[in-house]
Amino acid sequence: MSRPDLPTPQLWTFHGGLHLPDEKALSSDQPIELLPLPPLLIIPLRQHIGAPARPGVRVGDQVGKGQVIGTADGYVSAAVHASSSGTVIAIEERLIPHPSGLPAPCVVIATDGQDAWAPLPAPLTDYRHLDPALLRERVHWAGVVGLGGGAFPTSVKLRSERHIETLIINGAECEPYITCDDRLMRERSVQVLEGARIIRTLLGAERVLIGIEDNKPAAIAALSAALADTGPDTHIRIIPVPTLYPSGGERQLIRILTGREVPTRGLPAQIGVACQNVATTAAVADAVLLGRPLIARVVTVTGRAVARPGNLTVPIGTPLSHLLAYCGGFREVPRRLLCGGPMMGFTLSDLEIPVTKAFNCLLALTAAEAPDPGPALACIRCGRCAEVCPVRLLPQQLYWHARAKAFDRAQAYNLFDCIECGCCAQVCPSHIPLVQYYRFAKNAVWAQEEERRKADQARARHQARQARQARLEQERQSKLRKKREILDETTAAAVPGGVADGDLDARRALIEAAKQRAAAKKAAAQSSTEPVDQG
Amino acid sequence: MAPENAHSRPPPAAVLSSPHGPRANRVDQVMLQVLLALIPGVLVVTWFFGWGLLINCVLAILFATAAEALVLRLRRRPVLPTLGDYSAVVTAVLFACAIPPTLPWWLTLLGMVFAILLVKQLYGGLGYNPFNPAMAAYVFLLIAYPLEMTNWLAPHLLTQHHLTLAESWRLILFGALPPDLSWDALSAATPLEALRTQLREHQVMDAIRGAPWWGSLGGRGWEWVSSAFLAGGLYLLWRRVITWRIPVAMLGSLLLLAGLFRLIDPQHYPDPAFHLWSGAAMLGAFFIATDPVTASTTPRGQLIFGAMIGVLVFVIRTWGGYPDAVAFSVLLLNIAAPTIDHYTQPSVFGHGRKS
Ligand code: SF4
Ligand code: SF4
Repeated sequence: MSRPDLPTPQLWTFHGGLHLPDEKALSSDQPIELLPLPPLLIIPLRQHIGAPARPGVRVGDQVGKGQVIGTADGYVSAAVHASSSGTVIAIEERLIPHPSGLPAPCVVIATDGQDAWAPLPAPLTDYRHLDPALLRERVHWAGVVGLGGGAFPTSVKLRSERHIETLIINGAECEPYITCDDRLMRERSVQVLEGARIIRTLLGAERVLIGIEDNKPAAIAALSAALADTGPDTHIRIIPVPTLYPSGGERQLIRILTGREVPTRGLPAQIGVACQNVATTAAVADAVLLGRPLIARVVTVTGRAVARPGNLTVPIGTPLSHLLAYCGGFREVPRRLLCGGPMMGFTLSDLEIPVTKAFNCLLALTAAEAPDPGPALACIRCGRCAEVCPVRLLPQQLYWHARAKAFDRAQAYNLFDCIECGCCAQVCPSHIPLVQYYRFAKNAVWAQEEERRKADQARARHQARQARQARLEQERQSKLRKKREILDETTAAAVPGGVADGDLDARRALIEAAKQRAAAKKAAAQSSTEPVDQG
Repeated sequence: MAPENAHSRPPPAAVLSSPHGPRANRVDQVMLQVLLALIPGVLVVTWFFGWGLLINCVLAILFATAAEALVLRLRRRPVLPTLGDYSAVVTAVLFACAIPPTLPWWLTLLGMVFAILLVKQLYGGLGYNPFNPAMAAYVFLLIAYPLEMTNWLAPHLLTQHHLTLAESWRLILFGALPPDLSWDALSAATPLEALRTQLREHQVMDAIRGAPWWGSLGGRGWEWVSSAFLAGGLYLLWRRVITWRIPVAMLGSLLLLAGLFRLIDPQHYPDPAFHLWSGAAMLGAFFIATDPVTASTTPRGQLIFGAMIGVLVFVIRTWGGYPDAVAFSVLLLNIAAPTIDHYTQPSVFGHGRKS
């Protein structure tokens, strides 16, 4: 039963945005292929926002596929699993895909080629009648994080204090070149829908809106067909949205589908909305319905520098060189090698960097695709940047203040509302690397805050120490005074006979005892303030 | 916070920052589009007023480029990249379009040196100048050399004497008129000037409209010039080089005010079309007020900026001391632009705008 009879829902627009050449045809017709196992898996312990996972294995351990090798450290954290069976040969710092280009702790596994599963938890097929806590626990165990790039631990987003009215499933995939979500929606439509149903159940949402840019008609058709096949579900609607970058931005998509704006610095839950990416949704379905952890994801390998662009299911931890080799290597030396799309992706410095959970696209651009923008000229204040900014910022003002290092002014112009979508820099006729300036300014502000926090702590520590010393000094003084009084009294009492020897001994013992008490007190006081000192 | 030129400090790791794809625009392309859009206007002026404008364009471009190269050399800045943005050429051509076609060459030189040296480069170069260089130079000359700056030729519909190319060169370079001609035979008041004089002489509109220089929209000949600049402006809108706000607000407020007064007192105020199709209204609305560097940049600010220019143009034309006022008005609003921007910031996404 297909439902073309549904009224087209009202769509809203956001300010600005860009029509970009989508370049998706390079890889969108390539079905998802299973990438053969690499000899080595490099699995970072932190592939998500939040605390890194704690390593749960030692060098030399045998691990099975799907075995937890890093446990989530707290609520906002995610577990990591072995993507295949083998031996842990190292736990050390390796380069990971991160804009900073810095290495981070990874578990390195030499695969044994068996690809043998570790014992997995039982599927929870009857999720509708199970305790929601159990389901969340399962998703938490499975290490599911936002696969659209955010990498926020999903289990956290499956609970809401507020009433969630609308669950939005983000299938917009608005960045040029990237096709992994498109292929996933076409080939794993049922999992996407199942995942959406599970999340809807967990959140108690009334409706599910699956937003897909209308340049992906095949994905829209596949999901619609799957929806019809899996029985009538009036809660779920698949909504084509106009292709306009960055409609896949969480806040932008929420605006398009509901007409509402998530308050700045607020969460979608505040307006009764939750948002999940399609791939995340499918991973939730795998975790709940199959008992499988997140150990692989679909990655688009594309760009005109790649010999055979395609979409691959890649075990987490696979080095990029392995993906590239599978895709025929480079056709020509790439001008830029990126993680992500051309608008928001960041450059990769090395091919031994592993694929992580948030790694959606390996993009190798030729010199023609990523021409050198040339030296930046002065801002001519043409205002094009402001015209395209989806957040309605004034990018030229932000730039001006970021450049002058007037960070408080930049913040007054809402620096932190910038989503770094790159629209402004894309249209700037002076080719000013605007986003770079905003990142620089944000980092500077964070550094300043960190410093201030440290300074505050140091000041607090210093003041505490001073107070403590003053108190001890006072106690000492008052004790001394008391002692003197006692002494005076005893001496006065003993005046006629002078000071007896025995008395002297007793007095010494008294003083000694008092000294010890004071020392003990001091030690106790110190140990009780120690955590603050470190804190 | 002293403005400093973009060339003086390389941006941090510019080449590696996202976005990575080809950029959509470039300053030099924007400027070339503006030059392209000026061509119809320049051709029509040449058609009606002879070779003078073309000669002035050549001279002004020469002087402006030389002045810019000189300053850059003195400031030890790379010369070619800056010349390559064509902003000096645009300034030169706009200036040439605003001045009388027979202006002596040394005034053009003076104007361009003033525009490039003082108005543009002294403030730090393109992007930092608070005033539109071409208009600042125009106003400077208008105040310093009022006679030369208001000496307009008659459009060729209204005169039998047409200067040849050689005669035009001689006039501009040496101030030499052809032997059998006098200034009186060649020149004529501009329509705005003529209207002003005749209104001052207490003539009524019905009589003024019968004058031979009166066309159907503006002054004869002049209306075609305005139409050509309008066409160029529409081209810029179509190519998205400029946005509609400033020109529409400026022409709209001019039209509104002129219409209002025309309704109240039709015998002493010309019809609104006359305001739009005479003088520099079209040139100003599409090519000068929209100069990004010196205009307001926020959407609402641009509306206010444009509308205020329109109001000022009408007020000065009608009650002020000069027949036309586009240059003055633009400069005045240039001063106000930063303030307007400050008070018209758009409401940021998620900052509680009702949706
Ligand atoms: S687009 Fe570039 S040149 Fe234009 S105002 Fe923005 S920053 Fe300045
Ligand atoms: S990068 Fe920031 S300032 Fe630029 S368009 Fe995007 S949100 Fe606006």
